[in-house]
Amino acid sequence: MESVKFDLEQIALRMVNQYLHQEAPAKEGLSVLIESPNGAHAIAAGLDAPIDVVIEGHAGYYAAGMNQQAKVTINGSAGPGVAENMMSGSVHVKGFASNAAGATAQGGLLVIDGDAGLRCAISLKGADVVVGGSVGSFSAFMAQAGNLVVLGDAGEALGDSLYEARIFVRGAVKSLGSDCEQKPMGEEDRTILLDLLARAGHADVDPDSFRLYGSARTLYNFHVDNAGAY
Amino acid sequence: MCGIVGLLVKTPSLRERLGELMIPMMIGMTERGPDSAGLAVFTAPLEGERRKLSIDAGNDAGGDHYDWQALSASLDAALHCDACVEAKGNHGILAFDAPVGKVGAWLKEHAPALQVFSAGRSIDLYKDTGTPAEVAERYGFSHFSGTHLVGHTRMATESAVTPDRAHPFTAGEDFCLVHNGSLSNPNGIRRMLAPQGIRFDTDNDTEAATRFLEWRLREGDELETALQRGFEVLDGFYTFLMGTPTELALIRDPFACKPAVVAETDDYVAIASEFRSLAHLPGVKNAHVFEPAPAEMYVWKA
Repeated sequence: MESVKFDLEQIALRMVNQYLHQEAPAKEGLSVLIESPNGAHAIAAGLDAPIDVVIEGHAGYYAAGMNQQAKVTINGSAGPGVAENMMSGSVHVKGFASNAAGATAQGGLLVIDGDAGLRCAISLKGADVVVGGSVGSFSAFMAQAGNLVVLGDAGEALGDSLYEARIFVRGAVKSLGSDCEQKPMGEEDRTILLDLLARAGHADVDPDSFRLYGSARTLYNFHVDNAGAY
Repeated sequence: MCGIVGLLVKTPSLRERLGELMIPMMIGMTERGPDSAGLAVFTAPLEGERRKLSIDAGNDAGGDHYDWQALSASLDAALHCDACVEAKGNHGILAFDAPVGKVGAWLKEHAPALQVFSAGRSIDLYKDTGTPAEVAERYGFSHFSGTHLVGHTRMATESAVTPDRAHPFTAGEDFCLVHNGSLSNPNGIRRMLAPQGIRFDTDNDTEAATRFLEWRLREGDELETALQRGFEVLDGFYTFLMGTPTELALIRDPFACKPAVVAETDDYVAIASEFRSLAHLPGVKNAHVFEPAPAEMYVWKA
């Protein structure tokens, strides 16, 4: 299997991203190591190839944004918007992630071992997000599809104005957002949770220690009593 | 945008290198704030009643060629206050044995083109328009020593690009603040403070926050209490980094709209808007790196 190494203190990030966009797709199974990320923005953003990318250190804004197919591992923390609008593949942050992790992601798996900041999985559109630590306020705001699993606690207004999507939380929830409610965990939900825990490296965690939250569906469904308002 | 940097060295031997360690931090925030930059550094306090002012001669008043020695001599002749001055670029640090208010009034009358940027026993302040690299070079930031500093790179959104609207802002003595964000109620704060006799030098929103917090400190609030009141009164987006002779303090608005990252080792605490600015600090690979939580107070003692 071909492997290639870049040191961002030696080569411009733009060159590395261009390589990942233009050359990498022809090299299936390619393994790429990016050293000295030093908090640069948009590292490995816009990938569309079944390759392995390891970022050895802390990444800045929008790392692995819009990912398709690639497996990106960040051996450090990630700045705002990690894996935003991911379509497929996976992104694994070994440290913490800042605000808006996995925002609007449509597919794939985002795993964050540490805490995630505010607005984690905001407007989630189908991806799976598993956070080993806690998530900040307004997480899963207006989420439309997909699953957010939180092993720690959740901040204020979890799942505010939720359309659909499942939110599993093991710890305390500071407050639920408008139209978000606890739901009984059915067999299908439990199977999804079990699978996500296993894929995120948390196979030892008991799925029955989680509570499930979802949409009460009162905000986005037309209610006949409100007909006068139109 | 705007970039914030703060550095507090715990190991005494690093005090000599404070400015040198800060340079890559400030340069790293160039993209967040390319139009102006500023730095407040806290040095060993002056003895007794002695105070110092950081003064900008701007470009109109002679700039780099301003005759600081003549100013100091005239002040001394008028107030007999053992004045001395150290010039860097178009800034002068004027020290004297007299109340700050008295010297300020004398300056206003006899050298009205000068702008006073800070006052106190410990704080030196430099700020100007230009890229962070240009401003750092102009005042020799890399040679600065001290226990802690507060720096800023500005991308103006709320008021014009001028030296006096660059950050850090100060109020009273030995208190400074830098801001990433924008306040939505600075005029309300001005109206609230005006009856207290508090005057403003600029139309900048950050100045309103600075004067509010310094007013609370002057009224006897502990820093933590003042910051708690800040959460109640200041509306908008903010990450604030503040400096006093003995502390650095950081708060972020409850929505965490503006970023902040901290790296702490046995030798230092470094704060910046982004990790980019911390990446070149010695030993940062083994530092405890974390993101300060919103609506929490972080205070580090020098």
